[in-house]
Amino acid sequence: MSLHDGGERTLTFAGAIQEAMAQEMERDPTVFVLGQGVDDPIGFYGTTLGLAERFGSDRCFDTPLSEDAVTGMAIGAALAGLRPINTHQRMDFLLLCMNQLVNIAAKSCYMFAGAMPVPLVVRGVVGRSWGQGPQHSQAFHSYFMHVPGIKVFAPSLPYDAKGCMVAAIRDNNPVLIMEHRMLFNVQGPVPEHLYETPFGQARVLRSGDDITLVAIGHMVMEASRAARQLAEEVGIAAEVIDPVSLAPLDMATICRSVQKTGRLLVVDNSWTNCGATAEIVAQVSEQWQGSRPVQVKRLGFAPTPCPTTRPLEVDFYPHAASISKAAFGMVRGDGQEWNPERVSAKEVEAFKGPF
Amino acid sequence: MEQTTDSALCERLYRSLYRIRRVEEEVARLYPTDKIKSPVHLSIGQEAPSVAVCDLLEPEDVVFGTYRGHALYLAKGGDLPAMVAELYGKVDGCARGKGGSMHLIDMQVHMMGTTAIVATHIPHAVGYAWALQRQGKPQRVICFLGDGSTEEGVFSESLNFAALKRVPILFVCENNGYAIHSHISARSAQSDIVQRISGYGIPSARVEDGDIFRMREAARTALAAVRDPQGGPYFLEILTCRLKEHVGPKDDWHMGYRSRADIQALLANDPVDQLAARLQPESRQQIETAVEQEIERAFQYAEESPFPEQEELFQDVFA
Repeated sequence: MSLHDGGERTLTFAGAIQEAMAQEMERDPTVFVLGQGVDDPIGFYGTTLGLAERFGSDRCFDTPLSEDAVTGMAIGAALAGLRPINTHQRMDFLLLCMNQLVNIAAKSCYMFAGAMPVPLVVRGVVGRSWGQGPQHSQAFHSYFMHVPGIKVFAPSLPYDAKGCMVAAIRDNNPVLIMEHRMLFNVQGPVPEHLYETPFGQARVLRSGDDITLVAIGHMVMEASRAARQLAEEVGIAAEVIDPVSLAPLDMATICRSVQKTGRLLVVDNSWTNCGATAEIVAQVSEQWQGSRPVQVKRLGFAPTPCPTTRPLEVDFYPHAASISKAAFGMVRGDGQEWNPERVSAKEVEAFKGPF
Repeated sequence: MEQTTDSALCERLYRSLYRIRRVEEEVARLYPTDKIKSPVHLSIGQEAPSVAVCDLLEPEDVVFGTYRGHALYLAKGGDLPAMVAELYGKVDGCARGKGGSMHLIDMQVHMMGTTAIVATHIPHAVGYAWALQRQGKPQRVICFLGDGSTEEGVFSESLNFAALKRVPILFVCENNGYAIHSHISARSAQSDIVQRISGYGIPSARVEDGDIFRMREAARTALAAVRDPQGGPYFLEILTCRLKEHVGPKDDWHMGYRSRADIQALLANDPVDQLAARLQPESRQQIETAVEQEIERAFQYAEESPFPEQEELFQDVFA
């Protein structure tokens, strides 16, 4: 899982997804892409650009506004031996697919004793930022983590954007990939050759002995900024872990880190209640059963729907400084407070609409 | 019922109808013993649509059906002992006991696994048919559905997609008039399903009188349209009658939500009786004896099959 095994070439997160799909479509003629706007000039944030021209309109095509039936149709095509990739420009619309994904895709293999597996990739984009409001900004990865029979990826690096897509396409099960829109223009090393990011293997992005920061999706960027801020300004060494794969979840790597630090702060680009942060903290607690003191804390969306207006929206999301502040409180304890300066998040600030 | 049908066809249809009805009567008879610990949605009374359509199918044709799926499973050639064992929750069941009556499957005969969520399977059938078309494969997909499913959003979405992509698929609507205890007139302003279908640009037909030969002829026309390389989807509605309660082995005429008088014409045309009356007594006897023996063996097989081992709980969550 070296990030640099392909040399120095870099791609954007979106470019990495596009390359993964194109190379897999080249390799395997059963792979196809369907979803709203995948063959339009914008090309689904650039991730599907050129696919229809290169592979034909029966392998990359637009769909009616029928998320339920289109998901079901993709399941049917998967049962017939194809490998569909179904896209959603906003994860919010996945709610219209829940019956197909939870009642069928996740259960078909089990309830027919292995006779009807569903190799299906579902791409859900989190549409945060610039006034997207309550129905265009949600992240529902935890809904799917709850259900046996479906795998969940949440890559944060361009490297994993490609590796997760390749692994998801090749897997014989339904796989949801949460793609955070704020990551799409981020550059990073991406090998040209095909490779898979393994399921159930977390990535330690930074080492540290004082506190473990587990961050999901876009929050990996904010947690990494917080780790730098903590090191530079208050001398706290944070270990940053990106789970990458949320189901299955690599608890061994997380627990190994917490064993060392004794402190766990989990940050998500979603709500905390019954969410991924709750699951990770619960599993860490079960690991030691009180035999070892472990401080835990979670950060996520404010417990409200997402407001549209910018002054409220900025306080809705966790960010580097709020993560730093929380980590400082856990490490230094005894009522000490630190109000770090807000750290610039270029990917958020640079974004302009309309969509 | 027309009088000029050849006896081989009559015997074939009767054997299939009688076999389904007797299997289900056995299920109903045994149900109070609690050996079948699973909801059963019996097809008794509405065997004919499955039998009429499947009689015309090629072995490679693929069928999708509903949780009221015993008739379709058997009409398509599904393994009878595996079905009964599945109802018993035994390891030799067609889904190793993990599915039960609502989730029958036999991939050997292209009987796809059935689902318990009304209408959920309709887009699967469309997607499957689209995939076959894309791969240039000759077999066709037949999607059985009930009248209740026509009210689900995914039904409408799926028909639109099938029409848009000219997907070669035959939808067979088994309209028994009721969604559990609710009559179709209480559920739709436009109870005429074929009338609704015309809006999608999908050709359609309806068989109203319960005559299995008319069902078969309508299915022949429908299948010809679907098999035509220039063809697309086709919708066939068949009026039929569920004689038992929605779920379970009992009659429910006493409940008062429906009456036999409402379906007198369908009852008078019950194809099991109609065909029985047309067969030579010897051939009828031969068919019935063979079927009874087969059923006895199937139930014996299910009785003797073991339950799955405990570790099977964790198997097949993922492929």
